[in-house]
Amino acid sequence: MFQKILIANRGEIACRVIDTCRKLGVATVAVYSDADRAARHVAMADEAVHLGGPAPKDSYLRGDAIIQAAKDTGAQAIHPGYGFLSENPDFVDAVEAAGLVFIGPSAKAIRAMGLKDAAKALMEKAGVPVVPGYHGDNQDAGFLAEQAEQIGYPVLIKAVAGGGGKGMRRVDAPRDFADALSSAQGEAQTAFGNPDVLIEKYILQPRHIEVQVFGDGVRAVHLFERDCSLQRRHQKVIEEAPAPDMPEQVRKVMGAAATRAAEAINYKGAGTIEFIVDGSDGLREDGFWFMEMNTRLQVEHPVTELITGVDLVEWQLRVASGEQLPVRQQELSIHGHAFEARLYAEDVPAGFLPATGTLAHLEFPDHARIETGVRPGDTISPWYDPMIAKVVTWGPTRAIALRALETALVDTEVAGSVTNVDFLIALTRHDGFRKGDVDTGLIGRDLDALIDAAEPDPRAQALGVVGLAGLADPSVQGGMTLWQPLRRTIAWEGGEALLEVEGPGAARVTIDGTAHEVRWQGERWWVDDTLRRNRIVSHAAGVSVFGGRTVSMKPVDALDRAGDEAGGGLTLSPMPGLVKAVFVEAGQQVSAGDRLAVLEAMKMEHTLTAARDGIVAEVLAAAGDQVEAGAALIRLEEEEAAA
Amino acid sequence: MKLKSSVIPTSDAFKANREAHLGLIATAREAAEAVLAGGGEKAMERHTSRGKMPPRERVANLLDPGSPFLEIGATAAHGMYDGDAPGAGVIAGIGKVHGQDVMVVANDATVKGGTYYPMTVKKHLRAQEIAEECHLPCVYLVDSGGANLPNQDEVFPDRDHFGRIFYNQAQMSAKGIPQIAVVMGSCTAGGAYVPAMSDVTIIVRGQGTIFLAGPPLVKAATGEVVSAEDLGGGDVHTRLSGVADYLAEDDAHALAQARRAISNLNRHLPQTVVWENPEAPAYDPEEILGVVPGDLRTPYDIREVIARVVDGSRFDEFKARYGETLVTGFAHIEGCPVGIIANNGVLFSEAAQKGAHFVELCSQRGIPLIFLQNITGFMVGRKYENEGIARHGAKMVTAVATTNVPKITMLVGGSFGAGNYGMSGRAYSPRFLWTWPNSRISVMGGEQAAGVLATVRRDGIERKGGTWSAEEEAEFKRPTIEMFDRQSHPLYASARLWDDGIVDPRKTRDVLSLSLRASLNAPIEPTRFGVFRM
Repeated sequence: MFQKILIANRGEIACRVIDTCRKLGVATVAVYSDADRAARHVAMADEAVHLGGPAPKDSYLRGDAIIQAAKDTGAQAIHPGYGFLSENPDFVDAVEAAGLVFIGPSAKAIRAMGLKDAAKALMEKAGVPVVPGYHGDNQDAGFLAEQAEQIGYPVLIKAVAGGGGKGMRRVDAPRDFADALSSAQGEAQTAFGNPDVLIEKYILQPRHIEVQVFGDGVRAVHLFERDCSLQRRHQKVIEEAPAPDMPEQVRKVMGAAATRAAEAINYKGAGTIEFIVDGSDGLREDGFWFMEMNTRLQVEHPVTELITGVDLVEWQLRVASGEQLPVRQQELSIHGHAFEARLYAEDVPAGFLPATGTLAHLEFPDHARIETGVRPGDTISPWYDPMIAKVVTWGPTRAIALRALETALVDTEVAGSVTNVDFLIALTRHDGFRKGDVDTGLIGRDLDALIDAAEPDPRAQALGVVGLAGLADPSVQGGMTLWQPLRRTIAWEGGEALLEVEGPGAARVTIDGTAHEVRWQGERWWVDDTLRRNRIVSHAAGVSVFGGRTVSMKPVDALDRAGDEAGGGLTLSPMPGLVKAVFVEAGQQVSAGDRLAVLEAMKMEHTLTAARDGIVAEVLAAAGDQVEAGAALIRLEEEEAAA
Repeated sequence: MKLKSSVIPTSDAFKANREAHLGLIATAREAAEAVLAGGGEKAMERHTSRGKMPPRERVANLLDPGSPFLEIGATAAHGMYDGDAPGAGVIAGIGKVHGQDVMVVANDATVKGGTYYPMTVKKHLRAQEIAEECHLPCVYLVDSGGANLPNQDEVFPDRDHFGRIFYNQAQMSAKGIPQIAVVMGSCTAGGAYVPAMSDVTIIVRGQGTIFLAGPPLVKAATGEVVSAEDLGGGDVHTRLSGVADYLAEDDAHALAQARRAISNLNRHLPQTVVWENPEAPAYDPEEILGVVPGDLRTPYDIREVIARVVDGSRFDEFKARYGETLVTGFAHIEGCPVGIIANNGVLFSEAAQKGAHFVELCSQRGIPLIFLQNITGFMVGRKYENEGIARHGAKMVTAVATTNVPKITMLVGGSFGAGNYGMSGRAYSPRFLWTWPNSRISVMGGEQAAGVLATVRRDGIERKGGTWSAEEEAEFKRPTIEMFDRQSHPLYASARLWDDGIVDPRKTRDVLSLSLRASLNAPIEPTRFGVFRM
């Protein structure tokens, strides 16, 4: 076993690797960018080395600097985590050339699986079923359109070098093909430096089921499947293991195919074979096709760990240090069921826009496995993936595990940034999902119900008002008056209420004309004689009421009376990012919905459209500008002036 | 040390007492609630339709959420001026702003335009008096048309009339007691001096005006035609005249600015008493209603009340075996050490001497005094006069009058005659004087007064050889008895600010505690007593 390794990553996965290293007595070296100087993974590591600026290309993608850091600190091996350099064969070569061990597969294996068309050809040869499609080198738009016709619509355009949904487009009809192709190629170029795409048959009721494999370079085993069908735009949202309704025979066949695939390339380390599965008529032995192999540890590996009892990072370290596979296939079995939900800083109602912010409050329940790279007070920066945590639960049955996930999410307390937690909770309550009736289209179909922007619960709001008033500590002030309580206004961004303090821990809060009686009794909050599971938390960003649909309220600074926002005619940058293109110029007439500009942020392209008809008065940003969230990009003329 | 109650809460007497008190409380509550509507629905609607906050909400929004509000003169002017001036058209009281006790005086413009009736002046001055004695920063929420002209003779000329307001502001400012004005409406003529005399003045744009003479008077005097805003609006006063310092956009903004001004006062509490950890009484204060008889004439043990007021019901009774009709002793209220002087019957010479002794003790130690007043007077008769009860009473009165420790008086029953003096009645300037709904205050009982007058009358008639039947005598006495009944009622007393307000007996502890805390914003000066007649 190694004495010291370097972790060439950040965030929760770096922390996750350090956890296992601690357990094994392996010293750890973290690396960090300017933005991560005070990050949790740095604080956890035994040593840490600075890499450079916050942009990944200046830090976590700087293979040379990372290798130098490993040499300088005496680390014997490099764990790449996922993302960044984890599937970069050139980096693997460089690590090995420096006399260090890469904790992962060989460069050869990565190369074999890295280009999707080549990977499929390899799999076909190994007898693993693949989806019909074109995986060739000809990238001529006309030719690809022909191939799409041959495969039959709907088809999927995917970046050859891609992953994680980037550079991927579904096309339902030939007339949309050209547009989708150019946009996919553009995104692929940006994300991977390689615009090449492949075309595949789009399966109508697809499920995304993947098999965890592990090899020692000679032998491979599989650790059963994960179902990652709950996806939104190809981004996994909730993963589970094992797959619901998986017949034992199909599991065996899929597992064998996956093991075969791994052994075909002498795979070493943790890997995942992704299958697309036709779920329209139950899971069948002939209803799954190889999609791609991920030659790294997956984000969702914890669900596999929870049902198999295996620490995959431990295996990675042991195999990389020269040990053989610790177990044989027949020693592995499934125990219970596990779920993982990805908690993101993102604005769900606004279209799942990545969000940033300082986590003014962050608390997780004890009864779940939490993988996180942030602590209270940490900042979700625009530079990296806005994941806050993975919430992972286990139960003896799927229903119990899912209920545990729901409870864990309800008890997850985040303030300072919007999150997708309500969306995740809604998913755990989705009837189809509860029944195990999953496919990759589920979220898209029921999106409106899942992001139901229901009005906040007024009783939770009433508690928030008590918090905003500084009375969440019920022992403080009881508002003693000789006769009637005083009635005052409590305002927050987006609303106001009347507050009458009726005694210590007793208040009447009137919101929209409805009075709510708030009481603190028996160390719990009651509203209108109903016991609440809510907790009122005051933090730097205001007050949050947790336990249920989180209600966060930001106090209004009564002293702040600067002029009202120009509003209305302004198109603002929804997040920090790079202006990729501006489509309009001053004086141009636009209609509501017209494209005004494209902003690239979080490695995704966001199209900004006109909110109303009007004439462009001013273009305030140019292509290539780096802009902050809220920056004004386009101004439309006043409506009166335009008329 | 811990008092033991001998009251049985399930007894019929207890229940009857409670019922009687609940009835009296309801009457007082009704009077207090009537004030909430200010000058009535229409006036309130006119007020709020201009974007103004109701006056009471102004007070609430100035104070910290959950702050107590120790209101002064809540039912002032009750039954006076044909009911035209609920609360005397001004709200006054002590609350917290950024944790700092402040005195708030807020005009209620819905009551006759916030003009000053005689009781309005008295209430404003009383609030200032408390602020001055307790070193409380003052915040004036000004919205007033100035003196109430039909009552000008009782408002303008005398010492304790309108001009005294500004005199007090100057005096307090000179003592380092901050004076802050928020001009939220008119501030005309003399009223203009409230903001002008303040240390810091905030004015609401388009709403507050300050001028010595309003547009109509200007036009009459010089022919100049000018709008109120141009004459003395917020913009003018913050930009041109310098009469105001901060310009606010609306009431909420102005109150936030006032809060900020208070946060910048840099004040700290003086070191006064040694605080202990507060502890609730062992007996429920709610039971006060049952332990105190509904009828003033029924005697009871005042310790039953003390047990329901002080921390842990613990009472270190001083000189328990001597002068037993006066109960004296040490206790804590919400952690504050206090000396309690309470009546348990008529005052005798021994009791008066004991009282003087105890006041001396507390004065020496700097312990605030609480008077639980329920007194029919000093004992009368030859024996007592001959032993010099007037001399002994004078000792107590001297001690009470000249001590410098804060005194807080709670009128829990009768307040008659010279007993009122010895027990720190209004004339003895207690920092606060509160009264229970069952109390009565007059120079003597109505029966006794009528009896005195009847005796004089009978003597006169009989001297002339006439006769006076019992019926005639009763008829003669009736109007006097009725007058005393009416005038000794706490609502009558409170309307005239003979006290600072009527208190639900169950809130006695809370009110005493807030009064103590307010008082202790000022240092306790050493006492120098007058000459005791020995």
